[in-house]
Amino acid sequence: MTIRIGAGAGFAGDRIEPAVDLAERGGLDFLVFECLAERTIALAQPAKLADPSAGYDRMLERRMRAVLGPCRRNGTRIVSNMGAANPVAAAEKVREVARDLGLSGLKVAAVTGDDVLDRAGDLDLAETGCTAAELGDRLVSANAYIGAASLAAALDAGADVVICGRASDPALFLGPLIHSFGWAAEDWDRLGKGTLVGHLLECAAQITGGYFADPGAKDVPDLARIGFPLAEVEETGDAVVTKLDGTGGMVTRATCIEQLLYEIHDPAAYVQPDVIADFSGVRFEEVGRDRVAVTGATGRPASGRLKVSAGYRDGWIGEGQISYAGPGCVARGRLAIDLIAARLAARNGEIVEHRGELIGWDAVAGPAPRGTPEPPEVRMRYAARCRSRDTAAIVAEEVEGLYLCGPSGGGGATGRVREVVGIASGLLPAGLVETSFTLSEA
Amino acid sequence: MKLGDIAHVRTGDKGDTSNIAVVAFREADWPRLEAALTPARVARFLGGLDAADVSRYALPQLHALNFVIRGALAGGVTRSLALDAHGKCRGATLLALDIPE
Repeated sequence: MTIRIGAGAGFAGDRIEPAVDLAERGGLDFLVFECLAERTIALAQPAKLADPSAGYDRMLERRMRAVLGPCRRNGTRIVSNMGAANPVAAAEKVREVARDLGLSGLKVAAVTGDDVLDRAGDLDLAETGCTAAELGDRLVSANAYIGAASLAAALDAGADVVICGRASDPALFLGPLIHSFGWAAEDWDRLGKGTLVGHLLECAAQITGGYFADPGAKDVPDLARIGFPLAEVEETGDAVVTKLDGTGGMVTRATCIEQLLYEIHDPAAYVQPDVIADFSGVRFEEVGRDRVAVTGATGRPASGRLKVSAGYRDGWIGEGQISYAGPGCVARGRLAIDLIAARLAARNGEIVEHRGELIGWDAVAGPAPRGTPEPPEVRMRYAARCRSRDTAAIVAEEVEGLYLCGPSGGGGATGRVREVVGIASGLLPAGLVETSFTLSEA
Repeated sequence: MKLGDIAHVRTGDKGDTSNIAVVAFREADWPRLEAALTPARVARFLGGLDAADVSRYALPQLHALNFVIRGALAGGVTRSLALDAHGKCRGATLLALDIPE
């Protein structure tokens, strides 16, 4: 038996059309949508507190409206973490969309148990150097990265759509594979291989030629119509990664190697809730056009601890930008930075951290090497993390004030203010996290 | 020659840690890549880092090196003031690194 599993999204804002194509033409058993960034749950938690029917992914309805019909027709089951802070409400929304599309009887499961805010008090948070409880009322969320077990159980129970909140990204794929093949919870090598399939697919187009093109060095055909990936997985856990004929992009050894190491630290110890996967012996072989065979992952017993992400309020960031062009633009941009710093100096007690830089000169790549010729234009950017919203707003206003009170020739000023929700992480004994699911028909 | 002549890169982030994978285009260039790209060299090139902040993992069968750089992201994507808070642009700058012929 070969299972066909595809990726329908690799982040919250991902494109919808390639997922629809996979739903319609992929002949898939499973279509997985990974849409939950680290801070998304933290941002969704206050929304849920304000409205018990809110707190899930804002694109859930659009995505489901686009794929539920073809998935139902083709027998493709859906797994997604679009539940964010509220999987139960998200599942209800999926049923509502299904009824609206005339898909009555569609079975939708909500997986819960990742929310550990009530148990997180003693959690040591590496990034803040304190416990979660010590963050006091700044703490807004604490969610454990759960494993594949409840996802597989919901599929075992017949769910057509499984909606969860925080789960490890590869587990979204491992769950369907465990369900399909009946892999045992201690079959470490197969769990390691399934984790690899999940890791390769979880960022969707990042393995089909997205985040890859570098004209002249790495050209990608028809990137505009890039297809999302799917894997044909065997019971052994070995797989072929591919994409649909007629879509843009490419699946090659090179795209697979880049994705293999994406956000990986020690390739021999990829720590997951269900297994510690070992990717150090992975091999890729091109076995056809846009077809790469994947072998060689292994696994060893899980650590028994789950990573928990805690979200906490951490002030406000005020930011402004303004452009300078022509001879001397770098010097004028630098003068602008000095002026903002001087004008904000009186508020230093309110400003925790600040940063001024010139986009096109030293903003994203570090200081420009000595001898670098002056660019034709730069964009001055000043950002400050502040204790209050009011101070953050003043940072943006001071940049706009450069129009009349700054260097010569400033143009195109913009400003914005946003609340900072920091994310810190700790480890919780897995035994303190109990997951379960509820299943209802549309 | 430059690193970009013989290899490609991909950058990722987790919290305050950045990782840059460097992959040789051709098997023949793997020994050169492995010899030239020490953690100290990468730390020096990227600037503001100690060699001790950089770990290197080799996957010889894939002709790939994975550099893990701790404390590289000004506190991490959620609270950093950086324009590119993920540090995604940084890996590509490595392609300008000089490689002995």
